[in-house]
Amino acid sequence: MQVVKAVTCPVCGSLCDDIELTVENGQIVKVKNGCAMCEAKFLGHRGEHRILKPLIRKNGELVETTLEEAVKRAAEILAGANYPVLYGWSSTSCEATSVGIELAEEVGGVIDNTAVVCHGPSLLSVQDVGISSCTLGQIRHRADLIIYWGCDPWSAHPRHIERYTAFSEGRFEKSAWRNYVAKIKALVGRKKIQSTVKRLVLKKPPEIKARLEPTFIPSIMKEGRKLIVIDVRRTKTAEMADFFVQVEPNKDYELLQAFRALIRDQELEVDSVAGVPVQYLEEVADAMVNCDFGALFFGLGLTMSGAKLRNIDAALSLVRDLNMRTKFIIMPMRGHFNVTGANTVFTWQTGYPYAVDFSLGYPRYNPGETSVVDVLLRGESDAALIVASDPVSNFPRKAAEHLVKNPLIYIGPHMDVTAQVADVVIPSALVGVEASGTAYRMDHVPIPLKKVVDPPKGVLPDEEILTRILAEVRKIKSEKAEAA
Amino acid sequence: MGEKPKLKVTLLTGRTIEQGVGKELGKATKEYAESVSICYMDPEDMKKLGVKDGTNIQVSTAFGSVVVKAKKSLRAPHPSVIYIPYGPWANAIVNPETHGIGMPSFKGVPATVEPAPDKPVLGLEELLKQQFRKG
Repeated sequence: MQVVKAVTCPVCGSLCDDIELTVENGQIVKVKNGCAMCEAKFLGHRGEHRILKPLIRKNGELVETTLEEAVKRAAEILAGANYPVLYGWSSTSCEATSVGIELAEEVGGVIDNTAVVCHGPSLLSVQDVGISSCTLGQIRHRADLIIYWGCDPWSAHPRHIERYTAFSEGRFEKSAWRNYVAKIKALVGRKKIQSTVKRLVLKKPPEIKARLEPTFIPSIMKEGRKLIVIDVRRTKTAEMADFFVQVEPNKDYELLQAFRALIRDQELEVDSVAGVPVQYLEEVADAMVNCDFGALFFGLGLTMSGAKLRNIDAALSLVRDLNMRTKFIIMPMRGHFNVTGANTVFTWQTGYPYAVDFSLGYPRYNPGETSVVDVLLRGESDAALIVASDPVSNFPRKAAEHLVKNPLIYIGPHMDVTAQVADVVIPSALVGVEASGTAYRMDHVPIPLKKVVDPPKGVLPDEEILTRILAEVRKIKSEKAEAA
Repeated sequence: MGEKPKLKVTLLTGRTIEQGVGKELGKATKEYAESVSICYMDPEDMKKLGVKDGTNIQVSTAFGSVVVKAKKSLRAPHPSVIYIPYGPWANAIVNPETHGIGMPSFKGVPATVEPAPDKPVLGLEELLKQQFRKG
């Protein structure tokens, strides 16, 4: 039995690096410090849904084949295509992504990463407006106001609040954890009284009910760290917050602009904005202006709805305005563990963070035209290589339909939805579990991923598989050139 | 016979912790299918429709229609807002249009909900067969 300490968790963009794993007979048997998703990933690394052998579709069925055969078939598909799509990259290492971009250039395809359906609009806005940022460590030690807007870290980044924001014990800011526990105890107590009253008085007289209504004390005025959540639903994170603002769906833009007006001391001549009374908004605006160091985290609630990138424009501008009065930063909540790394490597090698088109021989970038969903909706691609991602599951049906019509190559560890409809399936080692590599945390800090256990026999890391496909593609192309 | 009750709603999709755990366990697992072939509804809306926790409902948008299980939302009140976790079921009915920036509308899609106790919730394989005739 061996205990491996300080392992980085390859699930979400928080990249928690304090995981402790117990390894027995080459298998991970115990996970310490991880969240539910982390445990599922590490304990399930040898689950029944792992792919162990390369597969090729013959007569409509996926049948086992050799790695050489699968690599050859994949290279033939890519080398023979006019406009292939190479998609995924956010759940693999930067090193693998780097080889992927070389491959895209070689075959003249469109290469895109999952940012396109998550924080793509945020990247566009950052290019337009600019961003005021810092590391998560700075936030942990110094931020006294945390805002989560359109994101639910409790569900998507379970340890984000505990490790980096309101519930983390910083050098200059204390954890707000005790306050939360006190609040929960008070809530439970109130519910107990309510149920007792219900039992004793079957038909509740109205005056008792009125007395039981919670008196509204805006805890936003409290001392120490404050947590504000703005969302369309009362999420689990919202329940932890000191103040929750429930915005109507697709109305975030109006709310952001209302805040911009308020922090410039302008009066709003309406009673409510986006379904929220202006009085509440004024309190939140006061908290924003009066904090020493504020941090606004935003999620897909802003990028996927209504005004999309214009929401982010407004959020970035709000933070820019706030910096006239105090210190404020803004950060997107990145979903896949290395989506930030994929954007970074793309930018190093091509100049653009995602949606890069090599069909003219040089990198071209025009989201809306060269982004994968648009290419698929127009039905233009004639082959696809999917690495470490599951677009058939995650894309709108109409886009997935064209993807499935193309000859489809899938490289990944699990029998995902995409693998089930693919034509060539090549299993790969889990980066961060069975293969080492580099990943970028959501604040752009690169963190090494460890190899903890060996991959199943014969299963290679993405980087190695892609290198082999690239070599095979080059061989096919040079043979063609010689023949011509 | 009376008109079947129908409700006009706004469809949201997104992550849940169950979906997160399900996807790590494997997309072909029962846990995953059960975590994403459901629809969280406001209890008041469920009353209006006459559906109970676990009743099958049909959610339709301009882009398609899918049968999922209704679930009482713990995040209520959110009247006229329904929530389906990310996955093939939700993506069968979201708006693929990217409005020139590459991002489809996964959230805030106008939809209608009606009870469909006689229609089954398709399994992943059946759903793939129905949608793509492959898998």
